[in-house]
Amino acid sequence: MSDEPDYDLGVVRYFALATVLWGVVGMGVGLLIAGQLAWPALNFDLPWLSYGRLRPLHTNAVIFAFGGCALMCSALYVVQRTCRTALFSSKLAWFVFWGWQAVILSAAITLPLGITSSKEYAELEWPIDILIAIVWVSFGVVFFGTLAKRKIDHIYVANWFFGALIIGVAILHIFNSLAIPVSLTKSYSVYSGSVDAMVQWWYGHNAVGFFLTAGFLGIMYYFVPKQAGRPVYSYRLSIVHFWTLIAIYVWAGPHHLHYTSLPDWAQSLGMIMSLVLLAPSWGGMINGVMTLSGAWDKLRTDPIIKFLIVSISFYGMSTFEGPMMSIKTINALSHNTDWTVGHVHSGALGWVAMVSMGALYHLVPLLYGRRAGDMYSIRLVNLHFWLATIGTVIYIASMWVNGLLQGLMWRATTVDGTLTYSFAESVDASYPGYYARFVGGAIFFLGMCIMAYNVYMTTRGAHREESQAPATPLLKPGQQVEGAANAT
Amino acid sequence: MDVSTTPAAGLLSTSWHWFVFAGTLISLLLIFWLLYANRKTSDNKTTGHVWDGIEELDTPLPMWWSGMFILSIIFSLFYLLFYGGLGNFGGILNWSSTGEHDQQQIAHEQRFAPMYAELAALDLEAMQANPVAMQVGRRLFINNCSTCHGVSAQGTFGYPNLTDDEWIWGRSLSAITTSIEQGRTGVMPAWGPALGDDGVTNVSHHVLRLAGQPHDVEKADAGQGQYQTICVSCHGVEGKGNPVLGAPDLTNNIWLYGGSLEEISFTVRNGRTGNMPPHEALLGKDKVRLLAAYIESLSQ
Repeated sequence: MSDEPDYDLGVVRYFALATVLWGVVGMGVGLLIAGQLAWPALNFDLPWLSYGRLRPLHTNAVIFAFGGCALMCSALYVVQRTCRTALFSSKLAWFVFWGWQAVILSAAITLPLGITSSKEYAELEWPIDILIAIVWVSFGVVFFGTLAKRKIDHIYVANWFFGALIIGVAILHIFNSLAIPVSLTKSYSVYSGSVDAMVQWWYGHNAVGFFLTAGFLGIMYYFVPKQAGRPVYSYRLSIVHFWTLIAIYVWAGPHHLHYTSLPDWAQSLGMIMSLVLLAPSWGGMINGVMTLSGAWDKLRTDPIIKFLIVSISFYGMSTFEGPMMSIKTINALSHNTDWTVGHVHSGALGWVAMVSMGALYHLVPLLYGRRAGDMYSIRLVNLHFWLATIGTVIYIASMWVNGLLQGLMWRATTVDGTLTYSFAESVDASYPGYYARFVGGAIFFLGMCIMAYNVYMTTRGAHREESQAPATPLLKPGQQVEGAANAT
Repeated sequence: MDVSTTPAAGLLSTSWHWFVFAGTLISLLLIFWLLYANRKTSDNKTTGHVWDGIEELDTPLPMWWSGMFILSIIFSLFYLLFYGGLGNFGGILNWSSTGEHDQQQIAHEQRFAPMYAELAALDLEAMQANPVAMQVGRRLFINNCSTCHGVSAQGTFGYPNLTDDEWIWGRSLSAITTSIEQGRTGVMPAWGPALGDDGVTNVSHHVLRLAGQPHDVEKADAGQGQYQTICVSCHGVEGKGNPVLGAPDLTNNIWLYGGSLEEISFTVRNGRTGNMPPHEALLGKDKVRLLAAYIESLSQ
């Protein structure tokens, strides 16, 4: 392996740093709006800081700025390493980087100004939508161009997922954003009525499916075996769960529109496809967790492995919760409550953010000429791990409690058939959950800030003097690890 | 599209129906095939590929996982058979969300209607003396009226206070019942163009005098004549209002749209439109009667 090609790492480095920066910004805005729900005075009576405008800024920043940069960073790195070739075009890759930052910046300006198409997770107006399409297609050209000139026969599984991400999101974004402009800052969707709603949630659910699931599974498939030093558990499983995941996800959108004017057949079909989606989703979890078999002892000593294994656990949990919530009877209770918010964050904090953090802790030192995982401070990585885990658990638990409480209060009736509670009473009862959510979010955000510090010090080539936890194996020399004997 | 092939509301055209029908079943079939085709693995431990040092084991699919997958598909096929979902095929149970809603509503009516009928059969005093009737009335009020009139029924700007002694549309049980059943639309026309700026100010000072509020006597005197030609037809000579027209009493210092000089001037100049929506179809006669009795009891 001495004849390593001259990989394009500059753009990967920039994307890695941008991921950390946008992580801090996006989660910070999330913390502010969590605070606004608990203490409405934090709106400061300024339209630009009102909840309704900052909420889309938060979602766009964490999904497309933080998540998007993490995906582009890892896709452009992984495709080079697993194809043993440099990028198809370094210049185009740089255009993707700066183009994507331009998209993020224009979102950060237009959303607080109240310029919005009002489509959830697709709020940006048409000129920005066009820029997104151009940048995204360029990303696709760089990625697939690199695949085309690969020096290795087979395409690695992580690249299947990145490829699905690129093609899927391109189709979703372009078709959902079709609109008729009336001015530079305003357009109207070409769809109307329940068709518009259906297209929106075909997009919305698959932004979850292709962006937040397929893309981050790509990250998992490279960084878990790398960090654990173990082979991928099952090639067969990766084939079956890849094709079924991308085939079934596109059907599941209607579960966002249960009990609406969407025709019953579409609701029912969306529900059963969401249920069938459980197995393909768990295929990824099994492959991730079982890849670690034979390296379980690293869970004691390697906080990066901790990040990865806990993220896969949250992935498994939220992909079980999702199909369950898509069942109409359960959805009748959970819909429009904070349960949905909790579900999204168990995926977004527990899975997306934590798997990205694990990957970055592995990758950033490599990009700065150090060993994989050789951060400025391993103890701070460990501290971040615990803050992230505890923050996520507090966040989602408080939203579960709130969601059940709201759903049950809204449907409670008295002996004469009237509703027991007014809506305002259910808001009042939700306050403890809002406070707890703010605390959980603050802990998670603190962890992200520590990561930013740790990354900054690593890029400066620093090492913190600290007594590392001794990496002594649990077993005595000569003793065999049981799992390892079976797995290899 | 040819009119004769246009499907009925909520139904797909024939070609779309078969697209959904066949597309769904073929997709589920392909999943079965994919699972079947990957049931066996080679005898080798790994696939033999290496990417950047990563190898892949050729482990078979976990049995419990494949079983769970197949079970979820079998469940789905049964669900589609019974509840529908394959395009226009409605399922053998003929289930629909609107049908389920209607059934639940009928069951609800059958269960609770007799109780409402029994309470609503009482006369006004008997209803107001009956604690159960008043409790039911209060809950109905909170469920249906509090959004505008407030939980304590004290109203807010533009929404009348129901606890004071002014009744814009009348206090009798039948008047309140009509307000709830049919709704009310109160229209005060805009007099700005007819009166001019000075006229609006003068009339407003006269209105303040009618309410016994501090005012400019000269301007009020100047406005009195205009009041007597324009406003008198609805609000009456003495400003006592007219419940038949929904014209408020101007003499009691109770104001629906504010009682300051600015607010009164705004009302005179631009007019006001108040809208109480009709509730008969939503609530039915018995609940409206209980509500009316409860609301009447709130008045001080």
